[in-house]
Amino acid sequence: MSRKQTSLFAIFWGVLALLYFFLPIYGTLDFSLRMERGTIGLKAYNIIFSDPRFWEGFRYSITMAIITIAVSATIFVPTIYWMYLKVPQARPIMEIITILPFVIPGIVLVFGLIRTFSRPPLQLTTSTFKTDILMIAGYVIISMPYMFRAVDVGMRSIDVRTLTEAAQSLGSNWFHVLIDVIIPNLRLAILGGSLICFATVMGELILADFLVRPALGPYMVRLGLTKAYEPAALAIISYSLTWFSLGLLQFFSSRSERQKKQVINE
Amino acid sequence: MSQASGPRPIRMWREHPVWNWLGLFPFFIFIVFFLVLPSLRLFTGAFTDTEGGFTLENVRVFQNPNVLKAYQMSLQVSAITAIVGGLFGFFVAYSITQGSAPRWMRNVISTFSGLAANFGGVPLAFSFIATIGQTGLITALLKNTCFNLENYVALADFLVSIGVKAPDITKVCPFNPYSYGFSLYSLAGLVLAYTYFQFPLMILTITPALEGLKKEWYEASTNLGATPLRYWWDVALPVLMPSILGASLLLFGNAFGAYATARALTGGSIPLVSIYIGQQIRGDVLGNPNEGYALAFGMVMIMTLTIIAYSLLQRRATRWMKS
Repeated sequence: MSRKQTSLFAIFWGVLALLYFFLPIYGTLDFSLRMERGTIGLKAYNIIFSDPRFWEGFRYSITMAIITIAVSATIFVPTIYWMYLKVPQARPIMEIITILPFVIPGIVLVFGLIRTFSRPPLQLTTSTFKTDILMIAGYVIISMPYMFRAVDVGMRSIDVRTLTEAAQSLGSNWFHVLIDVIIPNLRLAILGGSLICFATVMGELILADFLVRPALGPYMVRLGLTKAYEPAALAIISYSLTWFSLGLLQFFSSRSERQKKQVINE
Repeated sequence: MSQASGPRPIRMWREHPVWNWLGLFPFFIFIVFFLVLPSLRLFTGAFTDTEGGFTLENVRVFQNPNVLKAYQMSLQVSAITAIVGGLFGFFVAYSITQGSAPRWMRNVISTFSGLAANFGGVPLAFSFIATIGQTGLITALLKNTCFNLENYVALADFLVSIGVKAPDITKVCPFNPYSYGFSLYSLAGLVLAYTYFQFPLMILTITPALEGLKKEWYEASTNLGATPLRYWWDVALPVLMPSILGASLLLFGNAFGAYATARALTGGSIPLVSIYIGQQIRGDVLGNPNEGYALAFGMVMIMTLTIIAYSLLQRRATRWMKS
């Protein structure tokens, strides 16, 4: 009796959640295909794909995302490795620092960044190249909580100390331990952090908007102000990008799970 | 201190634990430049005048009626979406952990929650415009729908009481929400859009706590003669309360800092603090530029308090999860 009631209750809320999840996406897809009256067509997508400003934004954001990932991994992997190996007592302070971008709202962080680096002695807004450096630094900070957590979880699952000591006893130095032993073991964790980094940078609005760089985010807002159907198509493109990167992650992590199971079974 | 003690073998000072911290140096340099300095800039800016002297004058910005209104609006939006998203998320999370929702439904919801909690930004605003904007899919559907409330006077009265405006509420035909006081580009629209990433975040944060509810507790209380309601009131809710409150605070902070969705959805017509700060960055909308720092600093204070309260509650909540 009571079980049956629970079940109805559960299905009601489950269905409601599914509707909330998928109706807006379906609505967007439907809307994006109806640019021409009475027919279903890809006109809105054609317009976006033939807009040079879209490609400019796309290229710019992808470049920024890749550099951000490279910088972020170069900073975090050695730092976290060192923390595990030598200064585990630094963990609490590292955790607090890396959670800060969640506490400081994006708009406030950008406000601080712009006011700090738009005047001497630390001026970084004098050329587009320097501004891009500031952009990447900002992106690294914004995606820091994800990158730190991903690498941290990965590092926890391997025995850093034993691996390091084994490699050292075979004559390896720090640099080679990191490159040849630790990083190959962390591939999946780094990939996970990188893909979330990628999704974050591709969708980021505030930094690029206020530093006036041609990223995808400001392009989207400008399009939304003047057009009706193209923004819907752009939203679908943006979702596809995000899902593609997260789907990739799912694929790789489930594959490595399977490999692990195989190793255990053998 | 180790370098000065000359005759010691070199190995000694190299093994001093302080040197281990040096390995973290590049990271700290980066953090100091791009996180600490900007934050300090806000902090010092909030308490200095235009000549650089110390002052508390900038706090006066909170007497500015526009600023007060922005803060009030931001707090209101955050609180409403935390409560709406929190309740909705809680019921869904309960359904997929304790209730007997079908397996596929459970998998889809828990997978999609991880995705949707990170949604937001400009595309989310576009999706809601395409779905329940003036010409959106659901709006178009509703325009072809009739509601006849002649037999449901109580419901009609209720709708009027929550602010639905209509010439004759008993005969809603066709039901175009935009002619009944609804607008996506208003507070209600903002709440609808924010809920899209708020309730999945609730599902993600509350699920571990719900999984910590042991079947034995339910069995023990029913054995002692408790009704399911009594069990919820006296056992489950007290255990879950810190988690629920903590998760709600997380949702609150999540909405409080949001900018892009509101910007793209309302174009800045709803005065939120984040939007106001954006305008301040573009060109000083406040007479005194240092008042902008005070404005931003206030936002950081609210976020800090929220996160501290969250982590305190979280610590209490994990008590039941460990065993």
